[in-house]
Amino acid sequence: MRLEDVARSIDGEIVVGQEQLDLIVDRAFAADLLSDVLALTEERTALITGMTNPQVMRVAEILNIIAVVFVRGKTPPSALIEYAERLGIPIVTTKKTMFETCGLMFAEGVRACRSKAVSDIGAPA
Amino acid sequence: MIYEVRAGDIEHGGSASARIKADLIQAGICPSVARRAGIVSFEGEMNLIVYSSDGGTIAVEVGPRAVVIRVEDCGPGIEDIDLAMTPGYSTAPDWATDLGFGAGMGLVNMQKNSDRFEIESHVGLGTRIACWIQRRKDTDRSSQKESE
Repeated sequence: MRLEDVARSIDGEIVVGQEQLDLIVDRAFAADLLSDVLALTEERTALITGMTNPQVMRVAEILNIIAVVFVRGKTPPSALIEYAERLGIPIVTTKKTMFETCGLMFAEGVRACRSKAVSDIGAPA
Repeated sequence: MIYEVRAGDIEHGGSASARIKADLIQAGICPSVARRAGIVSFEGEMNLIVYSSDGGTIAVEVGPRAVVIRVEDCGPGIEDIDLAMTPGYSTAPDWATDLGFGAGMGLVNMQKNSDRFEIESHVGLGTRIACWIQRRKDTDRSSQKESE
């Protein structure tokens, strides 16, 4: 699914990434708990979150997150937007809840980045 | 490379690790190894911010076979390391959990992303964590240069 279609499907606005409308988003992870984002995402995943603190973009940068979708009408602070622009990581904002956002994107073919649970993380390799 | 992290400096939380990851990419380390090093460093950085008495340091070494991340502080130290390594166990204050951290996965996630993980802690003295992340010869730019 293209970034532009993701934004359209969730009535979202592309705040950063107008030049990346064709970016393919086919996997996503949704959480407000950044600890879980750090522990559970894989590469080339979009992040759906309601957290707009500066740490979100640093987490996204470290994890090679391909795009961040801010839900529930959260407006990311301008410093976060500038940081995302510097990194080239698109930002989409939507007024929809996280649940609706996930449902709409799933209906368009975006899938979970992995099915592992936190309870599996601590298990010996 | 040594990066200093101040206790309680949540505003800059993760910025040392973001720099570490960018520096590793710059040094030719392959993105997946740099990503793992970044995750290990980020978890360590947040621990220094949330738990340490006086902050601490993150040291990064790029060795021929591995990237080594060493996170050290001078206290307060961990009383029961096994308990601290239990997924979901956390003593994080509310201000950390409000920001989405302190879910009790930090040390576990550091271990998960390391090929070798060592932790040593003494109450009153501090905590030292060392994480080795093996480099991947096939995709490292710098190692390709070495072999050319």
